[in-house]
Amino acid sequence: MGPEAPVVELRGVARTFGSDPPVKALRGVDLQIHRGDSIAIVGPSGSGKSTLLNILGCLDRQTAGDYLIDGIDVATLGDGERAALRGRRIGFVFQTFNLLAHRTVVENVMLAEVYLGMPRTGRRQRALDALDRVGLSERAEFLPTKISGGQQQRVAIARALLGDPSLLLCDEPTGNLDSVNTAALLDLFDELGDDGMTLVLITHDEDVAWRARRRARIVDGELTEVA
Amino acid sequence: MRRPIRRKSTEGGSRMSVRDLVAESGAGLLARPARVALTVLGTVVGVAALVATLGLSKTASNQIVGRFDEVAATDVVVTPVARNGTPAASVIPFDAEARLRRLNGVAAVGTLSDVDVRGALARSVPVNDPLGQSELQLPVKAASPGLWRAVRATLATGRFPDRGHSGRADRVIVLGPNAAARLNIVRVDQQPAIFLGDRLYLVIGILANVQRQPSLLGAAVMPEGTARREFGLPAPSSAQIETRVGAVDVIARQAPVALSPDSPTLLKVAAPPDPRQLKGAIRNDLNALFVLLGGVSLLVGAIGIANVTLVSVLERVGEIGLRRALGAARRHVAAQFLLESSAMGLLGGIIGASVGTLVIVAVSASRTWTPVLDPWVPLAAPFVGALIGLVSGTYPALRAAALQPVEALRSGT
Repeated sequence: MGPEAPVVELRGVARTFGSDPPVKALRGVDLQIHRGDSIAIVGPSGSGKSTLLNILGCLDRQTAGDYLIDGIDVATLGDGERAALRGRRIGFVFQTFNLLAHRTVVENVMLAEVYLGMPRTGRRQRALDALDRVGLSERAEFLPTKISGGQQQRVAIARALLGDPSLLLCDEPTGNLDSVNTAALLDLFDELGDDGMTLVLITHDEDVAWRARRRARIVDGELTEVA
Repeated sequence: MRRPIRRKSTEGGSRMSVRDLVAESGAGLLARPARVALTVLGTVVGVAALVATLGLSKTASNQIVGRFDEVAATDVVVTPVARNGTPAASVIPFDAEARLRRLNGVAAVGTLSDVDVRGALARSVPVNDPLGQSELQLPVKAASPGLWRAVRATLATGRFPDRGHSGRADRVIVLGPNAAARLNIVRVDQQPAIFLGDRLYLVIGILANVQRQPSLLGAAVMPEGTARREFGLPAPSSAQIETRVGAVDVIARQAPVALSPDSPTLLKVAAPPDPRQLKGAIRNDLNALFVLLGGVSLLVGAIGIANVTLVSVLERVGEIGLRRALGAARRHVAAQFLLESSAMGLLGGIIGASVGTLVIVAVSASRTWTPVLDPWVPLAAPFVGALIGLVSGTYPALRAAALQPVEALRSGT
């Protein structure tokens, strides 16, 4: 696969839940995201945002269509392989940060390598490097409860970056942050984008959406790109 | 600051090193020390009860058997089978002592015979007291030199007759304490003598006690050789054997053959029941109830671990979701929870085995018993604990593994 292969390629992806009556959460979504691109996906609740996120994150399977990540057809992979794919190619950032309260900041970041089959030697240093990248290296030995929400989200981003993923998948990353922290986080996203990181931002905040290079709106399971 | 994009393969599934698995499980446990301590308590009680039960019942039965062993369990007596009311007289040979001593497991052996003195009365010299009864009928027995050890005789004064006395058929005699009292003889340093009929016998010793064959206490006992010459003793009337502990069975089987190879069935053996079977019976009685008790405690402990692990799974749904998002396969999640519950069981097993051993030692000390414990019991106990943890953690671990990462992630950590 050459460098021109898109990081994410959705072709007519649909997701239907249940059968009586079937609920069509996604209807034929087409989307291509190239490396270094950033796209914000906005939409009201119940529009299919979360479903799309789950499929993009290999947490859920589409019922129709193709999803290729780095040119790999996800549908052909088993559960364990999809878990490995998540670990290696996708970094998750959640609205609730999802940090383990009993581990220090650097230990939380190190957790990202546990399931990658990578050696333990140098893991701490790699985690410290990732923390440095989000400007938090001096908080490495703090517990997550002792740092601010904005800093917690940076820790989560550092954790997502540790596996050197192809895609950073952010679910309402600013949802629990105040405006100052939101602005700082968006600056960080800009920096990451300049470094060539591919970003998908699921949000309902229009201001956040405008910072991405592309915007798409999802309504009733149908995705339309907006200018 | 552009990072080189590494081409990563997705061949194969997700991987996790054992060290990472152990570290993650350990961290999961250390995050909630108080809960782990309380959860482990059930297993501690169960394992401690089991270990203490096994140890104490063994200690107690060993104590009982230990006392029993002392005299009775090493006592074998061989006598001729009575035929038509009278024993077949000459089945036990005079060299019985030498024949039996060759058997492995015989600690001491001697022959004992009743001597037919043909109505001769015993009389002590030198004082003839017309008021007291000075002539009396005394049971007279003949002993081979080894008998004294075989019946564990102790002397009040004097000495036992030896091989020389028997070989020369010396007219010497040893009195049981009751016989000595009746004959008014208390010391032997002035060389007292008694008449049996019209023959004079030198008293060379007075018994203090015997632990077997109590009939000796009231008898006058002469060397076997003397009885043969003086009274025509045809054959020893019984062979008294002291075996080593545990050798009773073997000796009881071998002694008749050794004594009378051509007709061993003419001899009958009086031997105590196999002490090992006795030991087993006692232990079984004591154990049944307590093992049941320990089992119930263990079951309660197992339910405790299952419960807490399940709660833990429900509580850590967010963490599970996060781990799945970070690339954990279902089996990694299951393995972590299984390891955590097994570790709790193992910990409970180790503490329980220690507590149980201490209980055995403490109870033994208070009763001045010797604590006895099979070494495999405290060694196996931690593994029993770990197994209980493993089994009770299975359902919660499967629940954790079955969680959909999508749902798990929504709940946060």
